Amino acid sequence: MLLEVAELAVDLPMPRGWHRVVDQTSFSLAEGESLGVVGESGSGKTMTALALMALTPEGARVSGSIRFEERELVGLGERGMRQLRGDRIAMVFQEPMTALNPLHRVGAQVAEPLMLHRGLARTDAHRRAVELLEHVRLAEPERAARSYPFALSGGERQRAMIAMAIGCSPRLVIADEPTTALDVTVQARILALIDSLRAESRMAILLVSHDLAVIAGHCDRVMVMYAGVIMESGPVDVVLRQPKNPYTLALLEARPRPDAPRGARLATIPGAPPAAYDHRAGCPFAGRCALTVERCWSTPPPQVAFGPNHVSRCHRADEVGLIQ
Amino acid sequence: MSEPPLLEASSLVKTYRLAGVGPFGRKSARPALAEVSFAVRRGRSFGIVGESGSGKSTLARIVLALDRPDLGAVRLEGRSLFDLPRRELRAARAHMQMVFQDPYGSLDPRQRVEKIVAEPLAALGGASAVERRARVKDALEAVGLKASDALKHPHEFSGGQRQRIAIARAVITRPKLVVADEPVSALDVSVQAQALNLMSDLVREAGVTFLLISHDLGVVAHVCETTAVMYRGRIVEIGRTDDLFARPAHPYTRELVDATPRLDRPTRAAPLAATDGAPPSGGCPYAGRCPFSRARCREHAPILESKGDGSREVACHYPLG
Repeated sequence: MLLEVAELAVDLPMPRGWHRVVDQTSFSLAEGESLGVVGESGSGKTMTALALMALTPEGARVSGSIRFEERELVGLGERGMRQLRGDRIAMVFQEPMTALNPLHRVGAQVAEPLMLHRGLARTDAHRRAVELLEHVRLAEPERAARSYPFALSGGERQRAMIAMAIGCSPRLVIADEPTTALDVTVQARILALIDSLRAESRMAILLVSHDLAVIAGHCDRVMVMYAGVIMESGPVDVVLRQPKNPYTLALLEARPRPDAPRGARLATIPGAPPAAYDHRAGCPFAGRCALTVERCWSTPPPQVAFGPNHVSRCHRADEVGLIQ
Repeated sequence: MSEPPLLEASSLVKTYRLAGVGPFGRKSARPALAEVSFAVRRGRSFGIVGESGSGKSTLARIVLALDRPDLGAVRLEGRSLFDLPRRELRAARAHMQMVFQDPYGSLDPRQRVEKIVAEPLAALGGASAVERRARVKDALEAVGLKASDALKHPHEFSGGQRQRIAIARAVITRPKLVVADEPVSALDVSVQAQALNLMSDLVREAGVTFLLISHDLGVVAHVCETTAVMYRGRIVEIGRTDDLFARPAHPYTRELVDATPRLDRPTRAAPLAATDGAPPSGGCPYAGRCPFSRARCREHAPILESKGDGSREVACHYPLG
């Protein structure tokens, strides 16, 4: 297994003590596989991605285990992580304008990891950078390499960042909302590019998104996060067709669709996610959930398995989709 | 004579002069709107979809008389906004309110909800304090908030509730038209659903007509009867929303529909045309990107023309289907 995460927890320091933003998070990822992480703001999806790269905010406490290529990353330290980042594990962010240095030419930035991790000389690294920019289908790779980030369009910048990410042939690419800031037609092309890069290099992808439909079309498996825990996980076509967790179902039913009849009522989720949630007491979705019963408030929900790799964290998982 | 449309835009043209890139860059002029015409009928909400740079937000500003077009006219119930004396323009504005994308940036954090929501009424003048308070209460209740919320500050609310406050402010003058520019795109999906249901209710029960601008076809489909698709400052297709998305006639509309992520299939990406970004001058602005373009498309720009039973208008020499 390329990546095995077990009982990952992330605590952030708050004025009134530690605040747990990711808890009891376990998953694995095989070579060439694509795992989607979906959730709303505050679900812990981005913090989980950052924990894998040891890029959690200053002062955060990460516990549990992250095994990547047989190596334990929790407690590895900044020096060890720096060797992995940009080489074996790479990250693609939502807004390439913040991830790319505005003062350096795009080609130099794509070349940098090649010099750092592969020991390429500047001219060789630059030649390779142009090849990479061509590989991510930038129309004029030479010109793009000479450009500063601001001179490229949003989609071109995202392609440049992907070129930078794949330069050292990473085994795992973590993409956090990589297409959220882009127009839908550009998004579609970037997602197709990521699909084809994965197919040709067998790299694994962790795709973080708020959009279930993006994950539906481009991932093998999905995990749905809420209040820092995985509510449901499993193969995409199973989880999104026959969800066994009330939160997944609620997310699916709240989506506006272009083919819906006008004025159709969208299902809403009453209330708001808990600001701080004690993971030892009850289910974080209790109260907002249509199936809430007494024990949802008092007892942490069990993880119920349905078929291979399909797990739902819910007291009433058996009933989801049957009633309501 | 039938009554005039609630809102009519005719042949709007707006060009922004851009400073060149870099200190020696050449200045250029980019048409933000090129001959944009459409009509919104009372009670029939109208959607405008398009991508960044399509001119949809410029259009919203001009419709609200926040900006003037270079050419063309905007008529509210038959009266031309840019020909009105200032006082009458202010009165006309009371019939048009707006909701913006960002529920955080558009509400003053230091003011109580009561003052924020009452602001359009205060701008009109004439309402007594008692009357104003009663109207605030009604507006808050219309959007599913409590009368007691009037005394709170914006930070005490969630993102979805803040967008409700913005909508309450927009409907307090009982406007005939509400222009909403990406009203739900900053919201999480569960909260977005609440805001869309609320907009549907206002259409059905309060007689509000929305001019809804969004990049999201799903959002527009839930609220709007008619939708226009914009591309590079032009309307390329207008039609009944459901029919438009089910059977697009313009290749660009089809590209948008195909690219919209769906649960039942991967998004379909159109092949990246080599000439993307360089529209032929004089020809169709989409020709450089269009998989169906022929010689004529690069020479003559198509104009918006009626197709089929007249419920659809398309600007394409070779419409689909």
